[in-house]
Amino acid sequence: MKRRACLAAASSLWAAWAGAAAATDPFEGDPYQSLPWADMRREYLGAAVAEFDPRVVVQGPAFAEDPMNVPISVRADPSLGRVEQIVVLVDRNPIRRVLVYQPMQALPALSFRFKLEQASPVRAAVQTADGRWHVGGTWVDSAGGGCTVSGASRKDGSWTQTLGDVSGKLFSAAPWGDGTSARLRLRVMHPMDTGLVNGVPAFYVNRLSVRNAADQELARLQVFEPVSENPVFSFDFAQPPAGGMRIVGTDNNGNRIGSRVE
Amino acid sequence: MSAAGRAATNHSGWRHWLLAVMPMWLMATSALAQTAPRADLARFDYRLAARQLAPGVYVVEGDNADFSLANGCNIINTGFIVTGAGVVVINTGPSKRYGEQLRLLIARTTTEPVVQVIHLNLHPDYFLGNQAFADVPRYATAATRAGIARESAAYETNLFRLCGDWMLGTETLGPDRDLDAAAGRWRVGQREFVLRELRGHTASDLVLVDRASGVAFVGGLAFSRRIPTTPHADISVWLASLGSLDAMPLRTVVPSHGPVFDDGSGLAQTQRYLRWLDGHFRAAAEGGLEMNELLRAPVPAEFAAWAAFQTEYLRNVAHLYPRYERQALKAGQTLR
Repeated sequence: MKRRACLAAASSLWAAWAGAAAATDPFEGDPYQSLPWADMRREYLGAAVAEFDPRVVVQGPAFAEDPMNVPISVRADPSLGRVEQIVVLVDRNPIRRVLVYQPMQALPALSFRFKLEQASPVRAAVQTADGRWHVGGTWVDSAGGGCTVSGASRKDGSWTQTLGDVSGKLFSAAPWGDGTSARLRLRVMHPMDTGLVNGVPAFYVNRLSVRNAADQELARLQVFEPVSENPVFSFDFAQPPAGGMRIVGTDNNGNRIGSRVE
Repeated sequence: MSAAGRAATNHSGWRHWLLAVMPMWLMATSALAQTAPRADLARFDYRLAARQLAPGVYVVEGDNADFSLANGCNIINTGFIVTGAGVVVINTGPSKRYGEQLRLLIARTTTEPVVQVIHLNLHPDYFLGNQAFADVPRYATAATRAGIARESAAYETNLFRLCGDWMLGTETLGPDRDLDAAAGRWRVGQREFVLRELRGHTASDLVLVDRASGVAFVGGLAFSRRIPTTPHADISVWLASLGSLDAMPLRTVVPSHGPVFDDGSGLAQTQRYLRWLDGHFRAAAEGGLEMNELLRAPVPAEFAAWAAFQTEYLRNVAHLYPRYERQALKAGQTLR
């Protein structure tokens, strides 16, 4: 089944085989048998080989008690080797791409919360150095409604007082295992409007960069509309970066984010 | 030290330990917590029964579970008290059908008419049976009345989603009178009630004690062998409220959810749970745990065996953990 999910069409023979495989399994081996998956893969992962891989672990709650804040944790097993990027996709969200993470010098692991519109698979596609995508996922049930309602700070207008403020902490007494020795947890104040609420245009943090005290980039995050209001992120490191961290970023209106966190 | 305590302090490999142990206690939990629903789904009959706790003081017990189609969303203990000048009803259940069946049950139990309804907080199964009590005054505190006005549309939608046709025809008919609990005393017929308006489970948690019998209806402040619900909770305020109730000699305590306490221990379970939750969440936030790790971290066996653990504990984490996280993070220093 896994091999059937590999869809690189290098030669006509391969393409013919892949076509035949797709005809017998329109889900391309997807364990959730989700109809949007094939189109999503093409749109967001391109032509590179994509296979479902249990070494990409995605954790979430069984159901979304708060569809505005669904916690997701992604971790790629060390046996995958160097990870270039991690793309998080949600099949049944009106905006499917949640974020793109380039771990660079951080571990290929990330936690965040996002807005879920209805029950859906939540996927993490991990691209390794050879260009292949390794896809893991989890199913989150939901009563629905996460992307099409405003957050609390948009409703009461308080977002203007705190826009772009960062709080955070570098934790180094590691309870996490898996080679992690330090974790940076961040909260960035932002309304993260999806643009799907009447009269409220899309307004969201779109880039965040985690840098060390010498301003070297350690990790890079591209953020999209579905990430939760006042997002909280966790970045894991094999070695604790010394001397504090700098968080630099922007939102889609050009507002700058810049903060030093210890 | 408990197994949970050991796992929390000895971090190496706790995940593997958890993977090994979790399925076992999940099975144990469901075996312990699940009893057959009392409701008859085919006939939409809640099979309500009145149990006398003291002369003229009755409890109508719901299932100790989470809302489900099988139980018709009846997970609440309602009550009624015969006063000599009519019946006082305490909470009216999750649906119009429940309210109607409760009223019939009261008519089968006593010849006195229903004269008053009282709601102990704003949660849906405290008032969605009100349509069957449209002809009598319905009391709640001002904060609870405001909360019901604010939340009831969402409650209706959610309970229809969970329990379907059990909810047929259910529409919010809110309490129509303010109850002033400040006086502390409330007299109906031959009964004198002690009223205390506390906070913490919600913004207004009413406690009603029948002075003659000593039976206390404590609403959502105490849970019995069930994980407390926390959508409107403030843990430290809740614990302070339980502390102030401790000073009252409460023998029989009727919680809104779970078996009635008749041995004077009515508050201790909830106090124990809330103290554990507070310390556990704080330690997790200060250790840098994110929500999925906290959800999967071991929970003491006593609490994991309580009803609705698998759903309600997840909700506890979703509702409350972000506050502990915020406390653990420090304000960054703005660059330039």
